Amino acid sequence: MKSLETENANDVAVEVTTEAPIRHRRLNHNAFGYIFSIPFVIVYLIFHLYPTVYTVFLSFTNARGLDQEKISLLTTNIFDNYKRILDNSSFREGFVNTFAIWIMNFIPQMLLALLLTAWFTRHRNKIRGQGFFKVVFYMPNIITAASVALLFSALLGYPIGPVNDLLVKSGVLSKSYYFMNDKTIARIVVAFIQFWMWYGYTMIILISGVLGINPEIFESADVDGASEFKTFIHITLPNLKPIMLYTLVTSLIGGITMYDIPKSITDGNGGPRNATLTNTIFIYNQIFSGDYNYKNASAASMLIFLVILVLSAFVFIMLTDKDEAQEKKENKKRMKEFRRAQKLAKQGGGF
Amino acid sequence: MTLIMDNNGVQPELTSIQEENRPKKKKKAIVFKIVAYAVCIFLALLSIFPFWVMFINATRSSPEIKAHGVSLIPSTHLAQNIDYITKQGEFKAMRGFFNSLIISIGSTLCGIYFSTMTAFALVAYEWKLKNAFFTFIMAILMIPAQLTGIGFYKFMYKIHMTGSFIPLIIPSVAAAGTVFFMRQYMKPSLPMEILQSARIDGAGEIRIFHTIVLPLMKPAMATQAIFAFVNSWNQLFMPQMLLLRDKTKYTMPMMVSLLRGDIYKTEFGAIYVGLAMTVLPLFIVYFLLSKYIIAGIALGGVKG
Repeated sequence: MKSLETENANDVAVEVTTEAPIRHRRLNHNAFGYIFSIPFVIVYLIFHLYPTVYTVFLSFTNARGLDQEKISLLTTNIFDNYKRILDNSSFREGFVNTFAIWIMNFIPQMLLALLLTAWFTRHRNKIRGQGFFKVVFYMPNIITAASVALLFSALLGYPIGPVNDLLVKSGVLSKSYYFMNDKTIARIVVAFIQFWMWYGYTMIILISGVLGINPEIFESADVDGASEFKTFIHITLPNLKPIMLYTLVTSLIGGITMYDIPKSITDGNGGPRNATLTNTIFIYNQIFSGDYNYKNASAASMLIFLVILVLSAFVFIMLTDKDEAQEKKENKKRMKEFRRAQKLAKQGGGF
Repeated sequence: MTLIMDNNGVQPELTSIQEENRPKKKKKAIVFKIVAYAVCIFLALLSIFPFWVMFINATRSSPEIKAHGVSLIPSTHLAQNIDYITKQGEFKAMRGFFNSLIISIGSTLCGIYFSTMTAFALVAYEWKLKNAFFTFIMAILMIPAQLTGIGFYKFMYKIHMTGSFIPLIIPSVAAAGTVFFMRQYMKPSLPMEILQSARIDGAGEIRIFHTIVLPLMKPAMATQAIFAFVNSWNQLFMPQMLLLRDKTKYTMPMMVSLLRGDIYKTEFGAIYVGLAMTVLPLFIVYFLLSKYIIAGIALGGVKG
């Protein structure tokens, strides 16, 4: 069946090139490139682009309150909202919290994912049951973050909760400790949940990256007698760099906009005492636990957006610049070799 | 980004030509294996333990949980806990389940169908703005919805769409991540000759899309559908903004916050049952489809 179809197709190809009317029709059907893109473009314009532009607009207005009659652009100090947000201590606190929580989650997450990747892609002493381990490590990622957060908060419950129960009964603590009322511990718990939910995902991405590296490189390293450790440091890691940077950027964006876990783990307002207040919770609270302060919320959104843009651009520029530098270096080397070869050829005469 | 898509999934099988019989090496290998398996088993237990405690405690009564926070064996109070959680308070698992189901199915269908269509436009036709359009899709790929949510909410409020599921479903028609993945999958695998011969047979482009392209893309669509569904199901920020005022519209993740209510403060078993109800559908989906999910992440890694 299939071969018959391809035969037909070959015939068609001939016809197309010889008959003018069909060629005309072919030009015509390319218009469907536009037609099939229309739903995407329309929905994007209405539900994505317009809200984005509108958010930018609101950040330069006096918008406040649910049913405000007239929203007007700021005329004198157009960056007033931004200034006010930058001076807002809760916003600053939220910004610092968000970064602290993200770093506490990302560094261990990447290190563990790299270690597991090194183990799972070894060529000697293969680890069995990898399929099972991957499924189990990834499992927390698919579970609703809000549920996971409440589950951890229940496990760390005070005065009665499983973790306190275990620690008191085993003699580590003399009496129950209110973990989620401790600012540092609350932050660490949020970071841990984030780490626990995402290291499996990062590991699977990194493993697939290793499997995409040309196996010949590993073969020659093996022939040269390089140890697994050296092979990983000198061959696998440099080849994984683009994927690691991709994970870095996606994790950074996810981390900066983190909402579900800190929202569900304590009182819903980033407690205890603003310890887990993140950017997105701050933005949400400007609207819903106050007086619909759109100007503040939109200015805060735009500031965070700007931070994301700058950081992502920085990461990508760092990546491409280094590659370009490498290329330049290699070009120089090649030129040198070429010149030397020319020189040799000249010296060698007709040889 | 493209590098990730390039993985062909072929495991490099290397033949070690080095002697491995030397006892020192063997000893090292054994130590490595012990350490590696110990760490892996520890991590596996770490993944399972919280959920284990949740499911077990869902079957235990509050006095039992007070006496021993952790138990390895289930008790007999499951029915009692379920009875409490379904009759008392505002937490309504079934309502949350069906609300989430409507939103997730709606947005998944919209997302997959129109993303495949957009990808088809990007792969099968030659048009002037094609490359510009693809670059544009790459550029918007990573814009987080949370940061434009303020404008979105105010816009929806103005057109009286808050409290409706539509703003949670329709925007997925323009899912850049899904379009990107579908395009990467479609580009090498769509046989242009078949399209051409269908055209000669007089089939229109819309018919070609529905009768040839969609069936061919089924595997990729299924993978993306799983991720789209789970992503939509787990969404908290947008639904919470739009549906906050109407408790009958709460989605499953929003129901979770109701478990913090005062009436559950001392009903430990009931809280665990409520939590178990919110995650059970995902566990079922995961254990049925984990193979495809793991393969799907390795392929594209496009998430939320």
